[in-house]
Amino acid sequence: MADEKNANGKNGKSVGLVDRIKEDFNSLKTDLPAKAKEQVEGLKNPTKTQLYTSIFRHKHDDTPRNRALGVLSNVFLHLHPAKINRDAVRYSYTWGMGGITFYLFLVLTFTGVLLMFYYHPSKVQAFRDVLYLEHDVPFGKLLRNMHRWAAHLMVIAVELHMFRVFLTGSYKKPREFNWNVGVILLVLTLLLSFTGYLLPDDQLGFWAVTVGTNMARATPLLGHEGPFGAQMGMTPYNDVRFGLLGGSIVDANALLRSYIWHCIGIPIIALIFMVVHFWRVRKDGGISGPNAVILESEIKEPRK
Amino acid sequence: MDWRQLWEIMSAPDNVPIIALIPLLAFYIFLAWRQAHANDLLIERLEGDAALAKTHHRKAWPFKPGWQKEVHVWPFLLRVEFLAAIIVTIILMVWSITLNAPLEEPANPNLTMNPAKAPWYFLGLQEMLVYFDPWIAGVVMPTLIIFGLMVIPYIDTNPLGAGYYTWKQRKFEIGTFLFGFIVLWVSMITIGTFIRGPGWQWFWPGQTWDHNRLIYEVNRDLPDLFGITSNLGKAIFGAAVVGGFFAIGGFVVHALYRRYNAKNYQRKSLLQYSILMVFFLTMIGLPIKMLLRLLFHIKYVWITPWFNV
Repeated sequence: MADEKNANGKNGKSVGLVDRIKEDFNSLKTDLPAKAKEQVEGLKNPTKTQLYTSIFRHKHDDTPRNRALGVLSNVFLHLHPAKINRDAVRYSYTWGMGGITFYLFLVLTFTGVLLMFYYHPSKVQAFRDVLYLEHDVPFGKLLRNMHRWAAHLMVIAVELHMFRVFLTGSYKKPREFNWNVGVILLVLTLLLSFTGYLLPDDQLGFWAVTVGTNMARATPLLGHEGPFGAQMGMTPYNDVRFGLLGGSIVDANALLRSYIWHCIGIPIIALIFMVVHFWRVRKDGGISGPNAVILESEIKEPRK
Repeated sequence: MDWRQLWEIMSAPDNVPIIALIPLLAFYIFLAWRQAHANDLLIERLEGDAALAKTHHRKAWPFKPGWQKEVHVWPFLLRVEFLAAIIVTIILMVWSITLNAPLEEPANPNLTMNPAKAPWYFLGLQEMLVYFDPWIAGVVMPTLIIFGLMVIPYIDTNPLGAGYYTWKQRKFEIGTFLFGFIVLWVSMITIGTFIRGPGWQWFWPGQTWDHNRLIYEVNRDLPDLFGITSNLGKAIFGAAVVGGFFAIGGFVVHALYRRYNAKNYQRKSLLQYSILMVFFLTMIGLPIKMLLRLLFHIKYVWITPWFNV
């Protein structure tokens, strides 16, 4: 390098153009193999490369510290603590239904987005789109089946999750609020499933939604057939059912409304509640147990 | 015995989840019961032996001195999570390849499906429509179910059984929940799915769905049985019966609860206790109304110009 600077002629010495080119040419022969060797040596230890260290912020040797960092420094895993109670990983205690519910939500989001590419929420096209999906789109049938069954499975998983949380008394102090968030998520799951039912625009969905929304007619005060509905001035054209369907019958507007609720509205609301739900699981002290059993004789009654 | 009919109902793709739900529930109830039983035995032992209660690590699972009390999330928890995700994916894949999602004829408002059923998870509510007017079955009951679930943590004052399975320490709470979830919710879904046929009529499993079946059934209102004819009389009588159910039923539940659940009774404030009573009695009222209908053909108990119960 230093020689090269001299070669520029700054010290009064002038070097011929040919010499300079010759030198550059020689450097190709000496420097490049050296660099190549260095490169290959470097690749033998890829975890030292800049690319690798920029992605993974810590080492992965099997040390307790690294195991903890593997969870804590990962955005997807950082909701977990680094360490948990040895019995809290037992499937017989947790049933894993909360996690499975969330996983199914991810599966449904993934398959749902793919389905949206092939679906128009209009009376003319909706049913044909489903036929097209089933018969012409590569793996379309599998896609639709998977979305359907994952939805059913999610309802089952949510109910089992609630069942386990109840049986283990996990809603008790300090987790009361999170139980409530969970109840809302249960309702949102059912609504998500229900709004999706209409979308194929077939007889099954049409009549299920007709039966379902007909109940809204009977809402006290707000439905035209409900108690005191007439006294409140409710008609089929201004009551709560009209608001749900965007009309007095299940038709194009109802299809569009359920599509928007199904694909945008409820998922966003559910996501917000999920964020709170998971966050509170951690803030309320992680998974509820399995705790040491408490004896009746040990309860200290709080002073009232 | 119409096996074909039975198969048609059982194999309807949208009914498969319920067929799956029932053994799943049985399995998980067994799993919970086994742990509850083990914990209850342990609790009994510790209560009888004060010295052991101080030294025992108080779980039914084995623990030896020197074992770590905590384990790393990676790999001990994450491997369970990843396994669960993989297994669920495999189940979904197999299910999706072998069973097609239902698709009927295009929607046609002029051609009513018979029976027109809601999705399976709402069939409990649809089944309630038989016994109650839509405003109760479709609006009030779901609202009460949601609020009833939400108030649970605030009215359950039992400090025992937090974070472990037990039966003996929480008989009332768990019994009530099992009654609401299994006896009412799941069994009504089962009835709605497997029993209800055309015209929402009762068809036993294996009975052929007869679309032309007529049932001659005279449903009477309770006031009629007592010969009350005037509107005002019916309204007052019904209010008295419904009010009487809550008053007398409430008293009976009160007497039992303070006797058999004395500590939790003392722990509850007036507000907690009254909320518990309202929801509990309403829940009990549902199967009573169902039985009145199924056994005595009684349609309404309380008749007013605006609403009927």
